[in-house]
Amino acid sequence: MTFPYSKEVLEHFRNPHNVGKMDDPDGKGLEGSAACGDMVAVYLKVNPDTLIIEDISFESYGCASNIATASIITELAKGKTLEDAKKITWKEAAEALGGLPPVKAHCSVLAVEGLRSAIRDYEEKHGMVVEDEPTDEEVVRRRLKHVMNPIKGLDIIRTELVMKIEINEGNVRVVIDLPSHHQFAAAIKEDIIEKLEALWDVESVTVDFIS
Amino acid sequence: MFDKTVYLDNAASTRLDERVLEAMKPYFFDTYAVATSEFGYSMGIESKEGLERSRKVIASALGGDANEIVFTSGSTESSNMAIKGVLSALKGKKDDHLIVSRLEDFDVLNTAKMLEKQGYKVDFIDVDSEGVLDLEMLKAAITPQTALVSIQYANQEIGTVQDIKAIADICKEKEVLLHTDATHSFTRLPLDVSQIPVDLVTVSAHTIHGPRGVGALYIREGTPINKWMDGGFQEFDLRAGIENIPGAVGFATAVELVTPEENEQLKAMRDRIIERVQSEISHVTLNGSATSRLPQNANLTFHYVEGESITLHLDMMGFAVSTGSACFSRSLEASHVILGIGGDHERAHGSLRFSFGRFNTMEDADAIIDALKEVVENLRAISPLSADD
Repeated sequence: MTFPYSKEVLEHFRNPHNVGKMDDPDGKGLEGSAACGDMVAVYLKVNPDTLIIEDISFESYGCASNIATASIITELAKGKTLEDAKKITWKEAAEALGGLPPVKAHCSVLAVEGLRSAIRDYEEKHGMVVEDEPTDEEVVRRRLKHVMNPIKGLDIIRTELVMKIEINEGNVRVVIDLPSHHQFAAAIKEDIIEKLEALWDVESVTVDFIS
Repeated sequence: MFDKTVYLDNAASTRLDERVLEAMKPYFFDTYAVATSEFGYSMGIESKEGLERSRKVIASALGGDANEIVFTSGSTESSNMAIKGVLSALKGKKDDHLIVSRLEDFDVLNTAKMLEKQGYKVDFIDVDSEGVLDLEMLKAAITPQTALVSIQYANQEIGTVQDIKAIADICKEKEVLLHTDATHSFTRLPLDVSQIPVDLVTVSAHTIHGPRGVGALYIREGTPINKWMDGGFQEFDLRAGIENIPGAVGFATAVELVTPEENEQLKAMRDRIIERVQSEISHVTLNGSATSRLPQNANLTFHYVEGESITLHLDMMGFAVSTGSACFSRSLEASHVILGIGGDHERAHGSLRFSFGRFNTMEDADAIIDALKEVVENLRAISPLSADD
């Protein structure tokens, strides 16, 4: 009997790579919150000519799964162009770590979010981002792909937990196919609100469960 | 692999004392008849005697009579039996009203929540920032329709001890039955039912170096209660099923082995960890009462770091402790106890519970403090949070 973590996860947890705050980063992203129990900050140094990530580091307030994923994400992103780094997925990180317990998916997906957020920060600072697109169902679906369903370790869109999305003048309502007393309902709700509230034209987010 | 582990999670479970095992052995290999065969053959009589001797020991430790003790499979069953049994017996006579505290262990809390879903009216009484029950709120909550109050004697996580005498007096005055979950205080703190009018008491062997899977419920004589599990007629026709006689004997032996000196030793280790951690590690909060707490429990929050990470690092260094972090549990919920005393999620996530037992030493307490200093410092070094934020 061993820990539910792979030896790669434990190794990255014990000796995380690319750790620490970076002085004067070209791009930085902070995802999660202390209230949720997991938080990741990602810092980038980018070559302005090649748009290659030349240096990357992270800070983590989180569990083993969070720290290990942040560590592997920095390894995967280093040396890649911003475009390629954007394509790194949680699944890729999880595979590189020899698998992650599904129940810990929500803790580790933050590292991917942190990387994307740092890239976006760089792009915004360098005039690479065009006008914000208005929030429609497609945008919401895209964001919800980053909310994990801990029952299966995949996102709530792919596992078909999202029954309905309604958008009305900046008020977003999401209906989830779980009873409200389900053990993961509160965590999923918290995650959804966190992902959607950040959108520039969203006023409020309501998450309803089937009962 | 676990030879060198310093185990400081005795609130979860304790190592069996070998003397307990020795006392249990004959009831596995020599006297293994069921107690109900006492009228058929002599081995049954011996089994019955072992069971009844054990019952007397548990009763005596609580100040009650042997016929007021029902053996169960542990705290969860005892509390379920107390709450569901009393509510069932009073159905139609009272208005299905139950009162519990917000800090109860899951055996009471989830039983109450389930009953609420089934239509019972349940009030969850608040506690103050140290986890002490608001007695005025309790008084105000009790109505003529209240069937039962269930308040733990001491909290499983932050160690706060309730003024059970005051709670019992309130219930007595209002003529309401009182159940207390004394799982973590049994033999560690006095609870004499001949002096304190508590009607039902949950106790368990697994917290005092007895076997897992055996507990008991004290039921004051005359308390209305129905059996909630159907089957045979064992245990005064209140708890069906073949009696766990080796377990009962082990439980009784475990009770007899606890001494006042041992409890003083636990208290000394508890105080050492609280004092040294608070003076040697910055940004630490003590959870629970500083004065009214279990002798074997210390619970501290290490700010800006996450509990599961601390426990995992400590494990790699040979220490086993528990945390109130959501990441530690499969439920993804942070400790309801830390949140219940007004703590925020961050305080819950960074909390560690150190619970001592007979086989711990002062060296264990000192060693884990040294390890903690290193682990907390290392994790804070990679945390995006700090006191400056």
